[in-house]
Amino acid sequence: MRVLGIETSCDETGLGIYDTAHGLMAHALFSQVEIHQPYGGVVPELASRDHVRRILPLIKKVMAESGSSCDDLGGIAYTAGPGLVGALLVGAAVGSSLAMTWDVPALGVHHMEGHLLAPMLEASPPRFPFLALLVSGGHTLLVAVQGVGRYQILGESIDDAAGEAFDKTAKMLGLTYPGGPALAKLAEQGDAQRFHFPRPMTTRPGLDFSFSGLKTFARTTWAEHAPDEQSKADIARAFEDAVIDTLAIKCKRAMKQSGLKDLVIAGGVSANRALRGRLQSLVDKEGGRLFCPRAEFCTDNGAMIAYAGWCRMLHEGKKQTAFAVQARWSIESLQPV
Amino acid sequence: MKILAIETSTEACSAALFIGDECHTRFELAPRQHTSIILSQIKLLLADAGLNFKQLDAVAFGCGPGAFTGLRIATGVTQGIAYGADLPVIPVSSLAALAQGAFRCHQVESMLVAQDARMSEVYWACYQIKDKKASLIGEESLGKPTAIQPYFDCAWAGVGSGWCEYQAVMLAQVATPEQGCFTELYPVAQDIAYLAKSYYLRGEVCLAEAAAPTYLRNQIVQNR
Repeated sequence: MRVLGIETSCDETGLGIYDTAHGLMAHALFSQVEIHQPYGGVVPELASRDHVRRILPLIKKVMAESGSSCDDLGGIAYTAGPGLVGALLVGAAVGSSLAMTWDVPALGVHHMEGHLLAPMLEASPPRFPFLALLVSGGHTLLVAVQGVGRYQILGESIDDAAGEAFDKTAKMLGLTYPGGPALAKLAEQGDAQRFHFPRPMTTRPGLDFSFSGLKTFARTTWAEHAPDEQSKADIARAFEDAVIDTLAIKCKRAMKQSGLKDLVIAGGVSANRALRGRLQSLVDKEGGRLFCPRAEFCTDNGAMIAYAGWCRMLHEGKKQTAFAVQARWSIESLQPV
Repeated sequence: MKILAIETSTEACSAALFIGDECHTRFELAPRQHTSIILSQIKLLLADAGLNFKQLDAVAFGCGPGAFTGLRIATGVTQGIAYGADLPVIPVSSLAALAQGAFRCHQVESMLVAQDARMSEVYWACYQIKDKKASLIGEESLGKPTAIQPYFDCAWAGVGSGWCEYQAVMLAQVATPEQGCFTELYPVAQDIAYLAKSYYLRGEVCLAEAAAPTYLRNQIVQNR
């Protein structure tokens, strides 16, 4: 079966085609980063408007690159949430009406399930069960994964997502949007010994996260020191170290608690090299393995939606005459396949 | 000629199928329910007529101005069908459809159409019926209710929700529609289809990927 996947939950228009026999056949992406840059964050209405402009040319592109015609497709999957409602609706409307026209099933896919299954697109994919750390601008989740649709949230952020804290701290330091990757780059120049930031919620039991205090700590530190480039780099370094350390401490704790040794990391922040290095040494010590998607599938993309849709449509594809999207949607509420 | 038309720019959700001179329609007043209705409206119209998408000549949609989300639902659904069945797209103004509907229901021929645009503004335009079709005079605008101007040298009517929401200020500061106000009308697919037919014959069609909403309101981010 061949599935077209559509991702429009935030500021990237992503398309992908996944096939039972051929695996991932094509994927294409348009990132709106430059549109939102002047505002220092994603402007939902502008995001929705741009998805309308990009989506069909990208669908045409992946159909052509994969050599697919409508007769080859077994279904269309679109991200149905969580995310920006207006943005999600563009993918849902186009995907559903195209599926109706081609008389194939359509399915709304959970965005975080897409991220969680993204490492399955790699040459050596993880095997169930495993522990997953999903870290992006919108989410920080530790999930015990028994199979597709069998997810238990072990911990999540009670305030800012890790990526959000990265972006906000970067903005405070005057780095251009999206600041997360820029902050990580700056941290490489920083002195790890100069400042020490707290590791929030690590001194008490539990697997939840809190990152908004770190952002405040960074602001206070920045205000108290000479606003030179070295201080900026040192703060970036101390901030990044604190986030990574906190994530690693909770991952280790979750591995102990769940008995799961294999760790999957996905989401935009999983592209962070220092984080990958730290978690690699953690799993090495614990006797497990680390699985990450390739860099381009860490951030939002259509390939992961095509894959997650394919996994589900093997079992539950139905022709639809309605579509729906949700801003909030718990990954635990998904049905196992 | 067979044209499928949809209109979702207001609380009303409708689809129409024009075959020759016959128009079949589905209409529902359903705020925030468009996504669960529009596809089945389309499917039922085609099934009742015994047609498939490939047998259509074009897809028309109410391109606004109107509620942004509604416009994107109509645009997205239209793009999917037009690309999927390789059909041209006919964008039709939702204000023109409203004028056409007022002519069809109330036989008025000169209209100042004003739809509530929220934020104390209206989407407005002047339309006159020529050869039984709503024809734009001047241009469509977004502005304060007091900014509307009737470009007519004959008796005219007020049409649209703006004449309900801002009636007092519009009557006091602008002019009185001698032929009355028709505020209870919605733009509907039947009128989109009717206008689309003449646009199609004039070659006013576009490719699926060029189908786009007419927002008029482009100041999205407040100045800082």
